[in-house]
Amino acid sequence: MTTPRIRTVLEAEDIDRVLTRIAHEIVERAKGAQDLVLLGIQTRGVPLAYRIGQKISDFEKTDVPVGALDITMYRDDLRLRPARALETTDLPDVGIDGRIVVLIDDVLFSGRTIRAALDALQELGRPRAVRLAVLVDRGHRQLPIRADYVGKNLPTSLQESVRVRLQEVDGAESVTLSSGRTEPTGPGSTGGDAA
Amino acid sequence: MNKHLLSSADLNRDEAILVLDTAAQLAQVADRPVKKLPTLRGRTVVNLFFEDSTRTRISFEAAAKRLSADVITFSAKGSSVSKGESLKDTALTLEAMGADAVIIRHGSSGAPHRLASAGWINGSVINAGDGTHEHPTQALLDAYTLRENLAGGEGDLAGKRVTIVGDVLHSRVARSNVLLLSTLGAEVTLVAPPTLLPVGVENWPCSVSYDLDASLPDADAVMMLRVQLERMSDSYFPTAREYSRRYGLNHRRMDMLSGQSIVMHPGPMNRGMEITADVADSKRSVIVSQVANGVSVRMAVLYLLLGGSSPAQAAPSEGIDV
Repeated sequence: MTTPRIRTVLEAEDIDRVLTRIAHEIVERAKGAQDLVLLGIQTRGVPLAYRIGQKISDFEKTDVPVGALDITMYRDDLRLRPARALETTDLPDVGIDGRIVVLIDDVLFSGRTIRAALDALQELGRPRAVRLAVLVDRGHRQLPIRADYVGKNLPTSLQESVRVRLQEVDGAESVTLSSGRTEPTGPGSTGGDAA
Repeated sequence: MNKHLLSSADLNRDEAILVLDTAAQLAQVADRPVKKLPTLRGRTVVNLFFEDSTRTRISFEAAAKRLSADVITFSAKGSSVSKGESLKDTALTLEAMGADAVIIRHGSSGAPHRLASAGWINGSVINAGDGTHEHPTQALLDAYTLRENLAGGEGDLAGKRVTIVGDVLHSRVARSNVLLLSTLGAEVTLVAPPTLLPVGVENWPCSVSYDLDASLPDADAVMMLRVQLERMSDSYFPTAREYSRRYGLNHRRMDMLSGQSIVMHPGPMNRGMEITADVADSKRSVIVSQVANGVSVRMAVLYLLLGGSSPAQAAPSEGIDV
């Protein structure tokens, strides 16, 4: 077994620049910040959502409601693994009815997480529109889902794995690509641990 | 976690906290426009109740339905049990119907254990009260209520003092609570007349007292147990009035409690017997929120036991986000 090669794709400054651009794109497309609600998908989507929300607040001079969405109960692979602990779903007080909801996640892979998030949203209210922002799009979609705002398009093979580390969650800040076999642990995995 | 939940002793500290944390997240579902999660869609949960029950049965039913499970409610009255069908044959019938979980309340201590270990059914067995043995989901909802009120809704109950008063001898609630609350680090004191304490109580992880007044000022929470009406004629105590005077919680005793202490009761209450009406309806009383918390805690138990390919593990594994 060869040791996996690890390549850094985005450094801390790159991540910050990418988020600044996404924040501007979100506001541009929504023609302002008034109806926006940012929802980060647990775990690493949440700090990203708060950072983007802060940036929009800074340059639009208005507070953008930010929340967190845990999609565990809506996953389609629940029965493939032991039941897992839940994380917080925290909607802003304004709710999502009639708003433009921007879902924010770290890596877009199979699209199954986003499918689950759309199901969760449907039971929380009726947004006027739902958009998707991701830090990294690594391809290999298994569902007809695409992102509206992409930090970095990262062509990968299924043998590679993408790892996002954020200061708030991991105490470090980077996006790395390693050539080791992708550990099929997430909802976007192509199977393998389907016990 | 084990496949079954038969006793509070089945849960270690981390597992108990996992149940409480999960319940705290699931409690939010009650505030949403759509009070439903798709998680247990296609799973069948059987409520098998050989004894009368209002809140436990309804609470389990609401919990299972909020998780989209199919619920079959079976009560002994009006079923073949009243024609003399055995527990085994009932269990085999449920298995043939494809039950993924059986929630059982039975008048005989050990019936859930028999159901879980005899090989009659493959699903999970959840004890909803068996004889004078245990009632683990009641203990979990009590722990949840204590944690919400005394520990800020996080972590364990380390150092919290809980006084449980009344008929400990016949109480499955007391037994389950002593085990679970001590697992979570609380200091439990049982207060009861000597006739209503079980043999071997000195080996339980708690202290014992006969004097209610003495234990009230230190208590963070007082849990009153129901005096079962059928016991009153069994000469465990001279008269109902004497019991009420020595072990009932009235306004005078409530005033002896310190600042934020709370009053709990698993229900159903005998107002005027173990607890007076003004105490039951006072600000310290969390009896109504105990019932609401029951649904969240039971959702958590059902999710953790049935939601995945196998019961949840207390330490969640770190996966790579994809």
